[in-house]
Parts: sequence; C-alpha cells; structure tokens
Amino acid sequence: MNNQNSQHNGRNGQRSRLSRVEPWASYLGGGALTALGISRKSLGGAAIAAAGGFLIYRAAQQRRGPQQVHVQKTFTIMKQVNEVYSFWHKFENLPHIMTHLENVRSIDNRYSHWKARGPMNMSIEWDAEIIDERENEFIVWRSCAGSDIENRGSVQFFSALNGEATEISVAIDYDPPAGKAGALFARVFGEDPEQQVREDLRAFKALMEAGEVPTIEGQPHGRRSALVRAAKIAYPGSKKKSQGASQQRRPLESLA
Amino acid sequence: MKAVCWFGRHDMRVETVDDPKILNPRDCIIKVTRTAICGSDLHLYNGYIPTMEQGDIVGHEFMGEVMEVGREVKKLKVGDRVVVPFTIACGNCFFCKQQLWSNCDNTNPNAYLAEALMGQSPSGLFGYSHMTGGYAGGQAQYVRVPFADVGPLKIENGFTDEQVLFLSDVFPTGYMAAENCDIKPGRGQSVAVWGCGPVGLFAIKSAFLLGAEQVIAIDRFPERLHLAEEAGAEALNYSEIPDLIEVLKELTGGRGPDACIEAVGMEGHGASIDAIVDEVKQAMKVETGRPIALRQAIQACRKGGVVSVPGVYGGFVDTIPMGAFMNKALTMRTGQTHMMKYMKPLLDHIEKGDIDPSFIISHRVGIEEVPEMYDVWLKKQDHVTKIVIDPWADRKAA
Repeated sequence: MNNQNSQHNGRNGQRSRLSRVEPWASYLGGGALTALGISRKSLGGAAIAAAGGFLIYRAAQQRRGPQQVHVQKTFTIMKQVNEVYSFWHKFENLPHIMTHLENVRSIDNRYSHWKARGPMNMSIEWDAEIIDERENEFIVWRSCAGSDIENRGSVQFFSALNGEATEISVAIDYDPPAGKAGALFARVFGEDPEQQVREDLRAFKALMEAGEVPTIEGQPHGRRSALVRAAKIAYPGSKKKSQGASQQRRPLESLA
Repeated sequence: MKAVCWFGRHDMRVETVDDPKILNPRDCIIKVTRTAICGSDLHLYNGYIPTMEQGDIVGHEFMGEVMEVGREVKKLKVGDRVVVPFTIACGNCFFCKQQLWSNCDNTNPNAYLAEALMGQSPSGLFGYSHMTGGYAGGQAQYVRVPFADVGPLKIENGFTDEQVLFLSDVFPTGYMAAENCDIKPGRGQSVAVWGCGPVGLFAIKSAFLLGAEQVIAIDRFPERLHLAEEAGAEALNYSEIPDLIEVLKELTGGRGPDACIEAVGMEGHGASIDAIVDEVKQAMKVETGRPIALRQAIQACRKGGVVSVPGVYGGFVDTIPMGAFMNKALTMRTGQTHMMKYMKPLLDHIEKGDIDPSFIISHRVGIEEVPEMYDVWLKKQDHVTKIVIDPWADRKAA
C-alpha cells in the first residue's frame, strides 16, 4: 500500500516528509484518494510526483464532510523511538498528560474504551479500534459504531537525529459534538481543537524529556484585577483550568 | 511573604502574598537573601512587555538559601546557598543538549503565546510576563525554582552575596555579548558598546578579559561613563557628539569597530529624526521598540564585523538599515543568555580575582522601598547604576 511505500522509500527526501501527512487517508482511501487529488487539481505528471503527499492531504480535506475537524501536529522528542512508542501505546498513560481525556481502558489488543470532556464540560465516550499498527512506526485507529464522537486518526513515529530523537506526528479527524456550531462555540471559549492537540502533544513531549509538565498553577501572586478574574472564568484556557488536570498529572516514573 | 507585584505602567506595589509551594518533582523553594532590579525590568515598568497581568510577582536576578526540595531533586539539599539564573531550562531537550539553554523547549507553560508572536517559544523566565511562562519572580522573600538541579549554581566559598549575585543575569549576559564578538587575543581588536548600564559594563570588562585591545563605551549618563572609563574603556557621551559614526571611525583608524555591542534594547534614546519618529510610533503602539542603538551599531560596524545584541526586544521594530547590514557582510548574534553555560566559568573568574562584579552597585534597599526605586532607576536619578535589594531588611538608607 501507499503507506508502506512512504514508510520505506527516501526517508531523508522532501517527498517522504510530505508523504507523512495524513497517513490514515492513504490507508483508508489508498490510491483512489491520490487519484481524486490528481483529478481535482488536474496537474501534470511531474508536478504530481513532486507534490504527491500534499495532494493526498488536500484531497482528504476536500473529501471530508462539512462538519469535520481535522488537526495534524508534529513534535520532536529527544528519546529513542521505542521508548516513545511504548509509552504512547500504553493508552492508560494518556489521560495523565492530555487534559481533556478522563480515562482510557484497554479491552483487548484491538479495542479500547475512551472517556473525555468536551466543550461545556460535556462527557463524551467512545470505543476505539486499532485498524493497523506497526511497532515503533505507527498506530492507526477509528471509533466504533455508536460512539458519542466519531473520530479517526493516526500517530506516526519517525526516528530522527541519528536515532537520538523521535519525530511524533498525530493526525486526528472528528465530528465535533453539536456539529460545526459546537466547534465554533468551543473555539470562542478557548477550546480550539488544534490548540488542544498541540498542547497535549507538547505536554507528552515535556513528560518524556523532562519528566514533568511545566506549570505555574498554584504559585503565589498579588491581587488580580476583577477583569482578569472574570476572564479566567469565561476563558478557562487551553488546559490548566480544565478539571484540575495539573493535579492529576504524575511524573514519568510513576507511570512507566 | 512580601513580594513586589506589577499593577500596570509605572505601578509596582509591595504585596503580602502566599508563600510559594513545590508544584513539580524537580522544583525547589529558595529563601531570597539578595535580589536586584534589572534594566529589562524597566520594560515591564513602562508597560512595553505584553501579557503581564496585574498582581504578577516580578524580578529575575536573585540568590538565596534552599528551603525545600522536590523528590526528584538530586544535587541540591536544604541549606545550600545558590545563585539562580533568570532563564529556566530542563536540561534534556534538543536545545539544552546543545547549550542553547535559554531556548529550552520544556519550561514555558504558555509556549503557545510565544509561538503566536515569534514562531517558536524561548524558555521560561522568572517574573517576565506570561508569554515567557508567567513564573513568579525573585523580588520576593521566597521563590519557587523549577528544575532545581539544572539552573541554580551552588556557592561553597566565603563570597558575599553582592560578589556573586550578578551571576544571575547581568554578568553572564555582558559576557555572552562579548563572547559573541569573535574577539581573538593579540589581534588589536576594537569593540564599541552602546549602553553602559550593568550589562554594558560587564560587556566592557568581558571584552578585555577575552583579549580586546580597545573598547569604546557610548552612553549619556556621566556616572555610567565614569564606570566605563574605570573599566578601561574610552567613553563617549553621545549627547555631546554631532556625528557618532564618524567619531567611531576616527577612533578605529577609519575602519569602524570590529564588533558592536548593542546593550540598550527596545527603549533607546536619541535626538535624531528617526529617534523622534520611533518615540511617536511607540507611543501610538504602531511599533513596540525604539531600535536607535541597533541602527547605529549596524551603521558603525566595520565591514565583515559582528553586531552583538544583548539588548532586549519584545516585538517589532522599524527601519533597520538592512542595506548596510547586507552590503557590509555583517553578522548578528543575539539571544537571551544561555546562563548555564557561563555561570560556573564566570564564578571561577571571580574566584581568581579577575573581576569583582559588585563594582556596579550604587543603592542598597529593603523591599518596601522597591516601588520608589523603580522610579529612581527609570529616571536615572541620584547617580544610580545598580539597585540591590535585601528582601528581609527594614527600610535602610540608600
């Protein structure tokens, strides 16, 4: 399949980086998606070869329904790929880092149950199915039928910097609760989905590298103005105020 | 405890606040024995640094005694005497591993704010706005210090606080500025330094330590120029000179200085047309800095030379003479100081007697006097060159 090719050919080339974009799309849609991209963009062969991965990405965006949210984020973590992969794959670890996740329970090797908090503190649950994985390379999942929130995504792990580091790349698509209006509402109240994924990944990186996630929650300060206090209630921020997540966060060694 | 808090432009207050607590396993708590007001604190005082909140505790130059350590702290123990660097670093990320400590990836809880402005986020800093982490600062009786094994430098000999306090910022900052100048001993190199505040003065001393033959100091305050002369520099009062660039050429055989250090930053002063335009733009918030010294440094620097910028900038500035910069093949080096790279070697210089950093101190005060001292510092009254605070002292004479 496409994805396997992109995993193995030309690791260092520009093209291989572009082809990392949205691997689940090439999984689910395969060559058909690429073809869709080609037909819609109607570009010449050489240009397509140069921009292949990007076309897959664009095509996938066009294919998405109007309600869907797409986020992709990449970070570099100064740990070897096997360490990063195995920590991530223990899904029960993730709620300690990702502030919107409350609880993850593995059912078996393939299925797991996820519970999260959405906008307006809405409780959201779903079962996830791993539809493909390769150790130290990638995990691709989708939600099962009957989920509160339909979602699918992938996380890819690339060994980088001579094996000393891992580039971790997460792509998630989901239908926001209450549709696009819900997503807009969430954004206005500081729950921008892109920011959520980015900040969760940033916290994951900090925990892997530094053993803790930086925080100032609970430090002293002088009297805050009424305006700042009101703003803190109205805009609870990206993560710090959400369900006391910083208290839940535990250092690396107690999770390993 | 008592702490100095920011409440807005020209409004610092001493407040009674909660004592800090350990929040993460690699934290420690320091009882502050000495702290200081930095030139860059004036950017906060003047309201030019965005993302400050009323009630934020300020201050980033401090030292003290370890009172409590988190369970993952291995090197420090209760009772140790330490100088704390103003930058916070994890010691494990891509940047820390390359000694780019002030660019640490894992110490700014508000990295997304800095990324929105700058593309990438620098490390967390003490007491310097929420964009750089919002960490409570050191003009207080106690401070929480994250990553206690990475930053704080243990002081194990009989030095007084005043002799080692400036290892927390201004001495390493001046030293890095001079190191960035590519000075090679015995080559007869010349360095010009804009701004003879604490950082500029340490840059002058450091340039000589590194082997510069000639250092030219530029300022307008006689007490600062006097200290610069005592450090061995040729002092120029720019307010009395019609054409600074020409004078610098004349002093350097027509070539211009081999390196120019801009130790002024975003609130430069001058009487030229561009300086007046900057004042107006900054007041109207269309520009966040007045890069007068930076323009002059680029203009004055010899072809192929280095412009080293320890001066602090927060946002955007206008009318940088890019034509001069490009056509003269200049190099610019800058950054918040990579503190952990410099603190120990500079302590060794103090030990050897190469330098006694306490020469810059002009004022010694208790914490209650700090708000009025900000005003003295801003207006450069009373021949002020550096204000040191004992946060436990009763009011005492300056």
